[in-house]
Amino acid sequence: MDKKRRDFLKIAGISTLAGLGGPAVVDRLVNGTSPVGANAAREYDPDAQGETHKAGAGEHGEAAEGAKTRKRWGIVIDLRKFREDPELAEKAIKVCNYNHNVPHFTNKRHEVKWIWLTEFENAFPEHSQYHKDTKTLETEVLVLCNHCDSPPCVRACPTKATFKSPDGIVGMDYHRCIGCRFCMAACPYGSRSFNWRDPRAGLDMKKINRKFPTRMRGVVEKCNMCVERVGIGLQPACVEVCSESKAMIFGDLNDPNSEIRQVLKNNFTIQRKPSMGTHPSVFYIV
Amino acid sequence: MYDSDKIIPGLIIFVLFITFPVWYNHGDASAEPKPELPKGVKECVLPVADMRAEHMQLLNKWRDEVLRDGDWAFDVKVAGKKYQKSLMNTCMECHKSRKKFCEKCHKYASVTPYCWDCHFAPVE
Repeated sequence: MDKKRRDFLKIAGISTLAGLGGPAVVDRLVNGTSPVGANAAREYDPDAQGETHKAGAGEHGEAAEGAKTRKRWGIVIDLRKFREDPELAEKAIKVCNYNHNVPHFTNKRHEVKWIWLTEFENAFPEHSQYHKDTKTLETEVLVLCNHCDSPPCVRACPTKATFKSPDGIVGMDYHRCIGCRFCMAACPYGSRSFNWRDPRAGLDMKKINRKFPTRMRGVVEKCNMCVERVGIGLQPACVEVCSESKAMIFGDLNDPNSEIRQVLKNNFTIQRKPSMGTHPSVFYIV
Repeated sequence: MYDSDKIIPGLIIFVLFITFPVWYNHGDASAEPKPELPKGVKECVLPVADMRAEHMQLLNKWRDEVLRDGDWAFDVKVAGKKYQKSLMNTCMECHKSRKKFCEKCHKYASVTPYCWDCHFAPVE
C-alpha cells in the first residue's frame, strides 16, 4: 500500500486532537457541569476546613462564607482590666491549671502551658514600633491557644489527633497522639506543650480534679477552650473567674447579636500574628 | 529398626517436652472471674452480654462522639437516670472499684488497657 507523508501527518494530527479533547468532552457530558463551576462550588463548602480561604479574606479572622451558619466560639481579652487588677491573670491561670490537671515542672524545658503570661513584645511581634509607651511595655499579656479558624496544627497532624470541632474549637484526642510534635512546629503561637515527663509527677495528686483526666508521657497538650464546660452550656473556667470585671468575654463569633460581637464592634482589637493567616478566635483590647 | 534403643527414648523425651505446658498446668485452671457488680442496680447501658463483648468498642464510640462531634449531652439513660458519655464520670459512678470490677476480667484475659494512664479510677 502506498502511503503518502501528507496523509500520514493528517491522520496523526486528527488523532492527537481527539486524544486530547475527547476525555474533557466526555467528562463534561457525564457530570453536566463545567470544571470551573465545580471549583466555585468547593470554595463555599463549609466542611472543607480553612483550606479554601480565598487570599482576599480579611486577616482579622473572617470566616469563609459558608461557615457563618454554625457556631464559632471566641474570646476577647481586655488587657486594660488585667492592668487594673494584676492578680486577675494569676487567678485565671490557677483555675485553668486546676480544672485540667496541668502539671507544674520547675525545669523550663519540661514546662506544660495552657494559659500563661508573656511580654507584649513576644505576644505581638508584628505590632512593634520604635519607642513604645511604658504602659504597653509593662503589660504582660495573657495568652492561650487561639483556636484558629485555619489551624496549621490540624493540617500538620498526621494522625488527626488534633482536629477542628464543628463549633470552632481546636481539640485534641490524646488517644491518637503519637507525640511527633509536628503540631508544635506548625503552631506560630507556641500554644502547645509536649509531655517530656509523666505529667502525674508534676501534680499534687491530693489536689487534682478527678472529673478531668491527666495526659500521659509522650503526648502534646494545649488549651481546649474548656470544651467539657462549653459542651454543657458553661463558660470557660478562665472567663468565669474574670466574669465580675469582664476582663474576658466568651461567645459565638458567628452570632451578630452575641455579647462578644458587640464588644468587637465597639472596641479596637488586635490579634496575634495576623499575617500568618491562621484567623485566630482570640482577640485583644490593648 | 537400627538404633531403636536411642530413637525410642529420644521420641519419648521429645513428646514429653512438647506437651510440657499441657501436663504442667493440668488442673491448674484459675476460676472464672467474678467481677463485683453494683448493688441494687440491675441495668447497664447495654444488655449484659453486649456489655461483656463490646464495652471497649462502646467506649471508643463514646469518645469519638463526645470529642469530635461535640456531643456532651446527658443522654445516656440507665435505670431512669441520665448520664454523659464518659468512662470516668459515668461508668465508674456505679462500678466504683477498678480492682474489684475492671481488673477481675482484664487480669483473667491477660489484657492491659491503658485507660488509667490518664483517666482516674475512683479512690479506694
